[in-house]
Amino acid sequence: MAELIGGIGTSHVPAVGAAIDNGRQAEPYWAPYFEKIQPARQWIADQKPDVCIVVFNDHASAFSLDLIPTFALGVASSFPPADEGYGPRQVPTALGHPELAWHLAESLILDEFDMTIVNQMPIDHGCTVPLSVAFDQPEAWPCRIIPLCVNVIQYPAPTGRRCYQLGRAIRRAIDSWTGDERVVIFGTGGMSHQLQGERAGLVNLEFDQAFIDRLINDPAGQAEVPHVEYLREAGSEGIELVMWLIMRGALDEAVRVVHRMHHVPTSNTSNGLLVLENG
Amino acid sequence: MSNPREYDDIPGTYVFDGTHSRNGYELNMFCMSLNGESNREAFRSDPDTYLDQWSLTADQRRAVVERDWLAMLQLGGNIYYTFKLAAFDGLSMQDVGGSMSGVTTEEFAAMMIAGGRPADGNRFESEWTGAQGGDSDG
Repeated sequence: MAELIGGIGTSHVPAVGAAIDNGRQAEPYWAPYFEKIQPARQWIADQKPDVCIVVFNDHASAFSLDLIPTFALGVASSFPPADEGYGPRQVPTALGHPELAWHLAESLILDEFDMTIVNQMPIDHGCTVPLSVAFDQPEAWPCRIIPLCVNVIQYPAPTGRRCYQLGRAIRRAIDSWTGDERVVIFGTGGMSHQLQGERAGLVNLEFDQAFIDRLINDPAGQAEVPHVEYLREAGSEGIELVMWLIMRGALDEAVRVVHRMHHVPTSNTSNGLLVLENG
Repeated sequence: MSNPREYDDIPGTYVFDGTHSRNGYELNMFCMSLNGESNREAFRSDPDTYLDQWSLTADQRRAVVERDWLAMLQLGGNIYYTFKLAAFDGLSMQDVGGSMSGVTTEEFAAMMIAGGRPADGNRFESEWTGAQGGDSDG
């Protein structure tokens, strides 16, 4: 059967993608951040997963206000980088894994998670920046990608508990797949940040650290935290952190921390990265 | 009208709920149209005619023309949509963040490098003294 080998939690800040695309990783502003993520890059290079499931949110790229799926699973054979308003990022087209993705869709829906199935989905920075964080600038992404898009822009996002349970259902689906793929799951977004309003620029390091502690040791407890606490404590865009709970739910109850880092700021965002292996 | 929300007392924050989404549908869809290069060219060459394709309110249209980023949010805009207009102008998220909180881009960037806007004092309307901690707006 397929094996879930680990999970990565990471912010998906556009400016990080731009720094990579424009060769600015060694500049004083960026060097400390890229130094801190190096162990994660090493880990995934050593692990050589066949498939990465990337949980992220679309930012008005593939989906508009015309159609707002809460959970949308990409089953296509390829996912091109999106034009988000300033031309697509110059990164490889992600190749999908339609067989496994369709298995996930069928398994999850029969497990009572009503997924939206997507055949056409350009992927924006929410998905491509985590790939760049993990793989830097390859000619082609070194594994197949299954994008899982979560609505966190139109209130309300799915609850933390629902996200955590979806992660567990994803694990059941992976465990029941007869292929021998090695899978890594990404939960992306956050950490504390607020892009909008007079309160723009909010950062709450204490909240972020406590979130990661609890995600590791008491994910079911963290899953009970209500939206208003994220909005108030981690900023309006900090609600993206519920997507890390999907990643965590897919892992074993006991996990081993491979790498953990925090860096403030990347642009307007408190940037966290966490690499977990099944315990 | 809409029911009171538990996030109503978070200062300086416009949660993009159903009310905002209904008010801002046309505004946000205009912004999203700028994902297309041919649309960006059309908007660049004749902004007025281009804007006529969306049923913006007079206030929304004024906010777009004047690039009033805070007003766009207050009129139903969502930051991920309105930022497409900012990117069209060549602005960064720090330019827009500064504009919305009433400081220059340089001041906003310096605040971020210093660790960002702290949560303390910024959680509740009742303790809020404004984006610069001095006035009582917001």
